[in-house]
Amino acid sequence: MFETLGERLEGALSRIRGKTRLTQADVDEALAEIRRALLEADVNIGVVNLISERVGVAAVGAMTSPSLTPGQQVVKAVHNELIDVLGQDTYRIRFASTPPTILLLAGLQGSGKTTAAAKLALLLRRQGRSPYLIAADLARPGAVRQLEILGEQAGVPVFSEPTTPVEVATKGVAEARRLARDVVIIDTAGRLAIDDALMNEVSEIQKATQAHLRFLVVDAMIGQDAVVTARAFDERLELSAVILTKLDGDARGGAALSVKEVVGKPIAFASVGEKLEDFEPFYPDRMASRILGMGDVLSLIERAQDTMDEDVAKKGADRLRAGHFDLEDFLEQLRQVRRMGPLKGVLSMLPGVPKELKNQDIDEGEISRIEAIVSSMTKAERKNPSIIDVSRRARIASGSGTTQLQVNTLLKQFRDMNKMMRQMGVGPPSATRSRAKSKRKKRR
Amino acid sequence: MESLLIVVVLFVILGFGLALVRTRAGANRQRIDKGETSAIDGNSATQVEERPSDPHSPTAVTDTLVPEAPADEDRLAEEEEEDARETPDRVPTAPTQPASMTSSLTRSRGPFASLFSRLRSSDAGIDAEEWTRLEETLILSDMGPALAAELVADLKGKLGKSPTALALRQALTELLESKFLQQSRELQFSVTTKPSVILVVGVNGTGKTTTIGKVASLLTSSGRSVMIAAGDTFRAAATEQVGVWASLTGVEVVSGQSGADPASVIFDAIEHARAVGSDVVLCDTAGRLQTKTNLMEELKKIRRVAAKSSGEVTEVLLVIDATTGQNGLRQAEVFHGAAEVTGIVLTKLDGSAKGGVALAIESQFGIPIKLVGLGEGLLDLAPFDPQAFVAALVGEESDV
Repeated sequence: MFETLGERLEGALSRIRGKTRLTQADVDEALAEIRRALLEADVNIGVVNLISERVGVAAVGAMTSPSLTPGQQVVKAVHNELIDVLGQDTYRIRFASTPPTILLLAGLQGSGKTTAAAKLALLLRRQGRSPYLIAADLARPGAVRQLEILGEQAGVPVFSEPTTPVEVATKGVAEARRLARDVVIIDTAGRLAIDDALMNEVSEIQKATQAHLRFLVVDAMIGQDAVVTARAFDERLELSAVILTKLDGDARGGAALSVKEVVGKPIAFASVGEKLEDFEPFYPDRMASRILGMGDVLSLIERAQDTMDEDVAKKGADRLRAGHFDLEDFLEQLRQVRRMGPLKGVLSMLPGVPKELKNQDIDEGEISRIEAIVSSMTKAERKNPSIIDVSRRARIASGSGTTQLQVNTLLKQFRDMNKMMRQMGVGPPSATRSRAKSKRKKRR
Repeated sequence: MESLLIVVVLFVILGFGLALVRTRAGANRQRIDKGETSAIDGNSATQVEERPSDPHSPTAVTDTLVPEAPADEDRLAEEEEEDARETPDRVPTAPTQPASMTSSLTRSRGPFASLFSRLRSSDAGIDAEEWTRLEETLILSDMGPALAAELVADLKGKLGKSPTALALRQALTELLESKFLQQSRELQFSVTTKPSVILVVGVNGTGKTTTIGKVASLLTSSGRSVMIAAGDTFRAAATEQVGVWASLTGVEVVSGQSGADPASVIFDAIEHARAVGSDVVLCDTAGRLQTKTNLMEELKKIRRVAAKSSGEVTEVLLVIDATTGQNGLRQAEVFHGAAEVTGIVLTKLDGSAKGGVALAIESQFGIPIKLVGLGEGLLDLAPFDPQAFVAALVGEESDV
């Protein structure tokens, strides 16, 4: 849907190519594209204004480089600047000298606090700590039970009682001390930043427990409002760091940049999937790529990993390279790729695919028709399409609900394509391949 | 037929790229693992096996719902959290005054009002800086940079470079209003078939269940008999949650076993509603990120199965959280593709977020915003009123 910054810049900068001097207009145009890319990624407008100057200086430098692809150079420069803004260092929890270290999680409703609490507990347990979870979200009936279920999965005990959030938190901390647990994670109810009563409540919990670290849990899909939220929570709690959730969706996650810039606190962890293990330290470089729309490759691969059978994909690629790609392989691959979703969507995520191809309307119905035709062939026919004669063709056409003409067209195109692939000499030298293979074997 | 070629090019890139990246990712992981993050390892190998081998076969989709699978249990729990706000604990049991759209929005109006009050102080026309500020204010409402730039360009075209604040305000109001579809925003019901079926869909935690409760209340008070299908079979508390809302409104809930096929639960509910003569079936569904391919396949199946029932699907409502940024457009696009969305419900408009992405969605995809959620009460649901939405954004007359 969104063009990547790289593509837009290539357009904007194509005219500069070969110029010996940049005009102010050239620079402005490039800067406008950068701004727009950041805004489309939901970076807050105020933050965009703040950082675009920094980014702009770097970009102008890159634009003067003699590269053939100034756009990519600029993107790289911007990318580096974003990493700088996001912070280079991986966040480390500073544990209190006298345990337990108390962690408080807060955020808007549904941002993912309870899951984050359990995921964090699991991470800490795996690091050899003995975490303790406190379910201080009494606002909803499901919350306590949910944390109990998640705690059980993570192998971490959960404390709760039906009193008040402040009381639960206080007693829970005391209980953790008694049990000699060394980290306490307090889960709190979701609240709107403009809800004074509930914001007071979370301050009260903080006062009562003297939590050493206060984390704000932020949904990666949040828009411009991220700044309002972060500021409000920081005012009340003096945040230590931020946890970013739902990064397994396709939101660009500009909120990461906004929140970092506005409250100046590092992003500590990222929640990247549905399983408790899908929780990792925050990687600024990945986030920067994602904000600039370069992360699409990564998510494409992730999606492929989710839905595709690696062996089937590799077999197809191998056979294609070897020049033995028949309709049987084609069908197998077609089904595989379709599983990833609409082809247009998949295609738009691929880097390096020409724009003309990306903008082309791919009719899913047509793809379905192709699949039907190939499916209606016998195995022998798929292996060796040349045996398809008039009567076979008639059978295939009626079997797939198409016409003989359509069957013919498909067969012809398949032949043409195979020819073309051979001419293109698809595939890298075999040395690389065998190395990759042996590496993979080692991993298994 | 170039698509055929594209497909094949895809195979090559994917097949090879996948192998390549995996080896690289493996190497990276090992490096990281020396640190403290064993947690990130080992998802690539297992994930492939856990997913259904063929989502086109009807059983494959339901396979993912088997509750024994560890991935699903996790998902279950996550769902519970993410839909947490839907749990109506804070919901006042006694219906309060229904929130009006303007009153709830004025709380968070801010930017435009202050922009115009700044402008009021001088009689001079708008200068370049103020134009920029206007554009930024539009962006702040989550409309997106493209739409904001288009609106500003339109205004400049209409008003010239330096109109007065009053003229600008009026033109902005008219322009924003004109961006909304000129069509009915009423919920549609079948005149020939009973029951009418309303599917409620969306990403995790946007407020689907709350919306169901509120819509149930709205419909029963207008004299329709309503039944709720607890189609969110993923998380343990989902059915209970819907149940609380149902008991508040005195509506019957049809639910299946936890982990049951949501499509069949919904189908059964519709058939049951038909048997007892209910007018409307409201179908809850599990929250799903639009990037989860097999969950979107599941949604397609739900849509298909509901269409085959003896009811008539008259509405597919996509619930969008007002705090959502530009990803809302992706949500609308993918959900629309999977389930033919007929309307948007914009929730949590009582927070500080403006929900401008809904305008972007409506103008880009032609899906009307039908309802807005304005609070946690049973009656805090209002029909969407473009004029009120714009007035609340732009500010009251007195502000200028």
